[in-house]
Amino acid sequence: MTDPVSPTLPAAADDGEDGGAIAPPPSGARRHRLTPSQRRLVTQVVGWVVGVVLVGILIAFTDWGRVTDRLLNAEIAGEQLPDVLTVAAKNTVLYTLLSFTLGLVLGLVSALARLSSVWLLRAYARFYVELFRGLPALLTIIVMGFALPIALDIKIPDLEIPGVASLSGAGILALGLVAGAYMSETIRAGLQAVPKGQTEAARSLGMSPTQTTLFVIIPQAFRIIIPPLANEAILLLKDTALLSVLGTTIDSKELTKFGRDGVSGNFNMTPLILVGIVYVLITIPFTQLVARLERRQQRAR
Amino acid sequence: MSAAADAPVPLGRAGEIRIVDLHKSFGPTEVLKGISLDVAPAQVVCVIGASGSGKSTLLRCVNRLEDPTSGQIIVDGVDITDPDCELDDARAHMGMVFQQFNLFPHMTALGNVTLAPRKVLGQSGAEAEEVARRCLDGVGLAERADAYPAQLSGGQQQRVAIARALAMDPDIMLFDEPTSALDPELVGDVLEVMRGLARQGMTMLVVTHEMAFAREVADHVVFMDDGVICEQGPPSQVLADPHEARTREFLSRVLSH
Repeated sequence: MTDPVSPTLPAAADDGEDGGAIAPPPSGARRHRLTPSQRRLVTQVVGWVVGVVLVGILIAFTDWGRVTDRLLNAEIAGEQLPDVLTVAAKNTVLYTLLSFTLGLVLGLVSALARLSSVWLLRAYARFYVELFRGLPALLTIIVMGFALPIALDIKIPDLEIPGVASLSGAGILALGLVAGAYMSETIRAGLQAVPKGQTEAARSLGMSPTQTTLFVIIPQAFRIIIPPLANEAILLLKDTALLSVLGTTIDSKELTKFGRDGVSGNFNMTPLILVGIVYVLITIPFTQLVARLERRQQRAR
Repeated sequence: MSAAADAPVPLGRAGEIRIVDLHKSFGPTEVLKGISLDVAPAQVVCVIGASGSGKSTLLRCVNRLEDPTSGQIIVDGVDITDPDCELDDARAHMGMVFQQFNLFPHMTALGNVTLAPRKVLGQSGAEAEEVARRCLDGVGLAERADAYPAQLSGGQQQRVAIARALAMDPDIMLFDEPTSALDPELVGDVLEVMRGLARQGMTMLVVTHEMAFAREVADHVVFMDDGVICEQGPPSQVLADPHEARTREFLSRVLSH
């Protein structure tokens, strides 16, 4: 498109510092009315104007009395605050830690089985990974929590930590199984990323395949996969919200269930906002930690 | 195959390698086409040849990092091509040094050297550490025991790798182009350690491009070409007065550098 008289001057340029003095375009040449730094300035100014206008509209049309009452109700927040931390946040963290630990064990075992020379072990591991990666986590939780007890009288016992918490065993098992299937692939990639020369060196010293895996391969694999595993942990933390579908006692609620019950109990959204803040307060420091690990990992290479 | 392959091979002594009609194929490509070679105890045998001639594969067959397609290899009196051979036991008596060092990067030099003695020989931590410090001292790296491989130069890493193999108190040492990945100024220290080992009477099978080392240290030089032993004999003959045209051509190419 080489239209000599280009009609497309950004409309936004009128908002620029030039005061709208539009010179007639010199015919036959591309116009450069603004220098690159002026163009950048225009973009910035437009960005700010749009943002301020949108916020202004939002403020102008908001019913502030209703918002402070129904969304940011200080009285309800104050009522909920002790329990949201001492019960719900604590349970969410415990669910995450326990299902992550279970997932890590299942993931490591199935990853090693996937790399085994024994066909049957590879088949078992593959079945496990494909099944629990293929099913929605919510379905797995419903199966463990409701379907098994109702249909087959299989009740997965709850996990009682006296004086600390009472947690749903079915929930931990379901989340652990799903997390393990995902971690299995990550761990397998890590094990395969360790150079073959490491195995050869260990075997040439007379170490058995098991010793080689334990003392040479696994330690190196886990250094490689710390960042993706940490990501897995963040996803798992948020997946504990799915456990809100399980029947719970007052003591075994995690954050989302706690927030939902708060909403229906008070006809008010404040509890959900409070719970959202707690999730973010847990994940942001963790995300920072992952970013730091990632940087350290890159430096070490 | 030939009658020699079917006849029972007399088992040898500690520190002895007997290779009988060894064949090795990778898929359709035959890399070793019938190699027979004896290495007597305390003998130093250097294997030379162009890349792709099969010399590294030969070495890797001796401790079964590669599985031979056919033929027999008897090390320390044990037929390691026997499917029922306790391979880990055989390997424990046979050190191997790699071109790329292959140190364990997550362990210090001391950790590298003590790992196998503790896990394979069942030595206590203190016992293994004493042996390891002696081995590191032997390669001139007593001061760097606590350094990680990434903190060491290539030449230092290779010397730690030699110490790691020696800590298992092997009868035989296999060297797979141990100086090929090193900067020229670092080659000397590694070769010096190897000279010392030869003087102490270690059986050594060395794949190398260092002709000067082969001439000086080897008792026997083997020139391999295209999967067969083309010429072998004392270094004074093979390196100085080769009979085969292919040996002469190889040497003229190598020595002109």
